[in-house]
Amino acid sequence: MASMRDIKRRKSSIQSTGQITKAMKLVSTVKLQKAKGRAEEAKPYFLYLYEAINSILKKSGNLSHPMLSAGESNKKAVIVITSNRGLAGGYNANIVKLLTKGEIHREDVAVFSVGNKGREALSRAGYDIRKDYSYVMNEPSYSDAIDIGREVMNAFSSGEVGEIYLAYTVFKNTVTHIPTLIKLLPFHANEEDKTVESEMDKLTLMNYEPGPEEVLDQIIPKYINGIIYGALIEAVAAENGARMQAMDNATNNAEDMIADLSLKYNRARQSSITQELTEIVAGASAIE
Amino acid sequence: MSDKLFKVQVICPDRIFFDGECDMLELRTTEGEIGILAGHIPLTAVVAPGTLRIINDGDIKKAALNDGFIEILPDKVVILAEACEWPDEIDLERAKEAQIRAENRLRSVEEIDIKRAEIALTKALLRIDLAEKKK
Repeated sequence: MASMRDIKRRKSSIQSTGQITKAMKLVSTVKLQKAKGRAEEAKPYFLYLYEAINSILKKSGNLSHPMLSAGESNKKAVIVITSNRGLAGGYNANIVKLLTKGEIHREDVAVFSVGNKGREALSRAGYDIRKDYSYVMNEPSYSDAIDIGREVMNAFSSGEVGEIYLAYTVFKNTVTHIPTLIKLLPFHANEEDKTVESEMDKLTLMNYEPGPEEVLDQIIPKYINGIIYGALIEAVAAENGARMQAMDNATNNAEDMIADLSLKYNRARQSSITQELTEIVAGASAIE
Repeated sequence: MSDKLFKVQVICPDRIFFDGECDMLELRTTEGEIGILAGHIPLTAVVAPGTLRIINDGDIKKAALNDGFIEILPDKVVILAEACEWPDEIDLERAKEAQIRAENRLRSVEEIDIKRAEIALTKALLRIDLAEKKK
């Protein structure tokens, strides 16, 4: 059995770890609240953009637009959004797994990484990191999203990549986060929506100024930027949510271990006292 | 002026900028300035940087509207803007810095740069104009 001193030392070390994880949990709870608010504010813009593109595509039939069909190159640009810091449970690993266990071949991928953790893991796995935007993750703003969007769209329109994907974590609610890989370009209208089209939609004949192609030309880049922005914001919320959970688990585990060690410590203390007593009694009886 | 009201929503990436009713709306699209009254034909147009005027019963609300597009539907008007600000939210210092930066860049030679700088300059001038009028 371990000595009393050893147990005591171990207990106090776990105690201080527990304090740290508890503090980290509190910090990420606060950050989560903030990020959640931002994510909710960004949603209407994003949903509207999506609706607008869908309705343009639906109403104007078969438009031919370079951004609606895949490029010739079978290279794929993937924007990978992870966090800059670890200690967030499986948050980063899950995103990386989307790529490494996914159906896209490693050789075909050009990674545009946002977040140190994802970049490190992917470059270790041998992926081609085209560009890194990790600094964005501290406080994503819309202009950051524009920068990233411009870069990937340049790669797309120059024919360097044929498709653009986005890997990020969807923040469904505080406890559920879903790692997702979505295709940004070429854009596909949502076919399922057609059935729920209201009567009014059918009657409305939309006019476009200057013309549907030009409008689409303007809207698609904005849509891409909008998605990237939304994804960045959601990823921040999901990161903090994941960290909060991980730290909560860690704190609970620390508490369990401390309870266990306290019991052991008390037992060791009791047995050492008993032993001392027997020794004294034995010593006294030897003298008599 | 029509006394019919219609719903207007101005949505930015980071917030819903304006959600309410008005009887006239004025803004600039890539094809020129337009004014919208209730019962406008359905139209989707690309917004150019300019002043957005939301007029409600003679009361004019002005805002700096940059980049985006407008969708006029039979029952409401939706403006999706990449950036939109009320005059008192404009950071005059920043706008002036942006103006200088854009002007410097205009002197450079690269073609793409000039296009972007021109857009940046219009945005900066628009913000400065609105913010200074407010004073």
